[in-house]
Amino acid sequence: MAYDVNGTTVEHDEEGYITNLSDWSKELADVIADAEEIEMGEEHWAVVNFLRDYYEEYQIAPAVRVLIKSIKKSMGPEVGNNKYMYELFPYGPAKQACKIAGLPKPTGCV
Amino acid sequence: MASLDMNAEGGPKFVGDPLKIPAIECGAMMDTNTFAAAPEHNEPLGFPGELLDNWQEVAIAKMGELAANNRAFKVYLDTCVKCGACTDKCHYFLGTGDPKNMPVARQDLLRSVYRRYYTFAGKYFPWLVGARDLTKDVLDEWYTYYHQCSQCRRCAVACPYGIDTAEISMAAREILDSVGVGQKYCNEIIAKLKKTGNNLGLNPKALAATLEDLEEDLEDETGIAVKIPLDVKGADILLITPSADFFAEPHIDGLLGYAKVFHSAGVSWTISSYASEAANFGMFIGSYENMREVSWRIRQAAKDLGVKRIVFGECGHAWRVAYSFLNTLAGPFDFLDQNYPIPQHILEFTLDEIESGNLKIDKSRNDEFVMTYHDSCNVARGSAMGRKEGGQFDVPRAVIKAVCNNFYDMERDTIRENTFCCGGGGGLLTDDLMDLRIKGAKPRMTALQQVSEDHGVTHMAAICAICKTQFSKVMPKFGYEMDNVMSVHQLVANAVILDGQETEAETATAEETP
Ligand code: SF4
Ligand code: SF4
Ligand code: SF4
Repeated sequence: MAYDVNGTTVEHDEEGYITNLSDWSKELADVIADAEEIEMGEEHWAVVNFLRDYYEEYQIAPAVRVLIKSIKKSMGPEVGNNKYMYELFPYGPAKQACKIAGLPKPTGCV
Repeated sequence: MASLDMNAEGGPKFVGDPLKIPAIECGAMMDTNTFAAAPEHNEPLGFPGELLDNWQEVAIAKMGELAANNRAFKVYLDTCVKCGACTDKCHYFLGTGDPKNMPVARQDLLRSVYRRYYTFAGKYFPWLVGARDLTKDVLDEWYTYYHQCSQCRRCAVACPYGIDTAEISMAAREILDSVGVGQKYCNEIIAKLKKTGNNLGLNPKALAATLEDLEEDLEDETGIAVKIPLDVKGADILLITPSADFFAEPHIDGLLGYAKVFHSAGVSWTISSYASEAANFGMFIGSYENMREVSWRIRQAAKDLGVKRIVFGECGHAWRVAYSFLNTLAGPFDFLDQNYPIPQHILEFTLDEIESGNLKIDKSRNDEFVMTYHDSCNVARGSAMGRKEGGQFDVPRAVIKAVCNNFYDMERDTIRENTFCCGGGGGLLTDDLMDLRIKGAKPRMTALQQVSEDHGVTHMAAICAICKTQFSKVMPKFGYEMDNVMSVHQLVANAVILDGQETEAETATAEETP
């Protein structure tokens, strides 16, 4: 199970989360998004970038609410709301956006 | 408001019967398998990393050991008279039509092997008593169908002998784990909890940041500095809540509700970063050792912080473990204040505060919702609450009714002790089982559609992290929005007015009067 990024293979698990977090690159994000049938626009990138910054600081993805609050601040309330997040990432901003951002899947009762 | 468009076109709507028995479809779910655990998920739990070479021998021995040590398990295997009362009680059977999801058939997967090796007739005349050898195919079948049981115990209520398929399911998973065949979802999570203190993998720094953020939200909303304390030594109350309450929707709204109640009650309380999880997945895999280890963290945290009381947040199976086993697993709790229940449920706490008039409540703030309530199976059939019999059903409803004007129950056979599981309990809340989860939710969803049709119910409240996540994912498949499931303490949070809090109504009048 692996993604192909311009000829290099990047391992992922059964659900498409990359095994080695350091394998991530912007090109890889596009490849994962493609597999998820998502076309990455400016708003998708804003979410992915925030997730990565947050992860770097805290070693975990933020709560959806924290993500939305931040996106609301940076991109306005039309983008920074729960409904719109699910339009951007139909399988949920937490799981699907994390996958594209190269972060581990949030586990537990979530 | 829910968009109930499943029957569109106006006119009278027809909503199905939640108890309807489906057409039998043999093998319908035989290919639905949850991801297997990798060695790095199994080993930290004390299980072999992968399938043992002598797995058959080990599995048979383990089964014998369980039958010898767990009296109930042996009785369950020995007593079934095939009366059939349980057959149509399982939501996974009702939702899938697969006859192996009938509780008695699920039990027989294991019972047939037990007979073969542990009964006289089975040893010598296996064909007479439906006994069969433990082959790899049988092991695989166990893996498939014991991971299509949410251990909700609805079938046990129907059985005249009280045979509890959940117990058999737990035992089966324990046997599977003992030969190196674990489930990824549960085992990965337990391994994570051992490392970080919670199922999510939330470290103390991230937890502190999240709570600070939520305090900010509370202050923005109310104008009052409501605290969500973390690791405060000497606090009176330790709150143990599922880590989903720090992460997911609508769980977080419930957490804000607990904070408002504690604030209004004027008690000192704290969350612990060491025991930042109420859930105990050790139960789902039938592992006493793992269950004990998870529970022990709670005791440790309570001691380290020097608290007097332990209160549990909204989590179904956690409350079952806490209510029924905590003392055995991690007791005695003689260092806590004996004047309060040990442990106490947040709903008991909140109801006491409501009844003693300590909370200022404006019910009309929930007028946009017409509510119903989902009894979480582990609370309904595995615990009690409050001081009266049936409290686990009545306490949550009393709280909801105290903070909402509009409440209607679902059909009697689908609530209280007969409640249907949400479809995602018992370690099945994983995306690789989504198809099963949707099918298993159908009975509950049909009962909800009925009250929506009859009484205009728009929202359903729940007190279990798994239920809330499950419903927010599957409700859109049944004509609802994901936020049509709510935390009970979310309703409390909406209605409670804090001391000194300016409400919109007051602000409006204040503006009018010059
Ligand atoms: S315990 Fe629940 S899920 Fe398991 S067989 Fe019984 S009714 Fe079905
Ligand atoms: S109700 Fe009990 S005795 Fe009857 S078939 Fe089911 S498990 Fe067996
Ligand atoms: S998730 Fe809820 S309904 Fe399902 S097992 Fe837990 S308590 Fe029962």
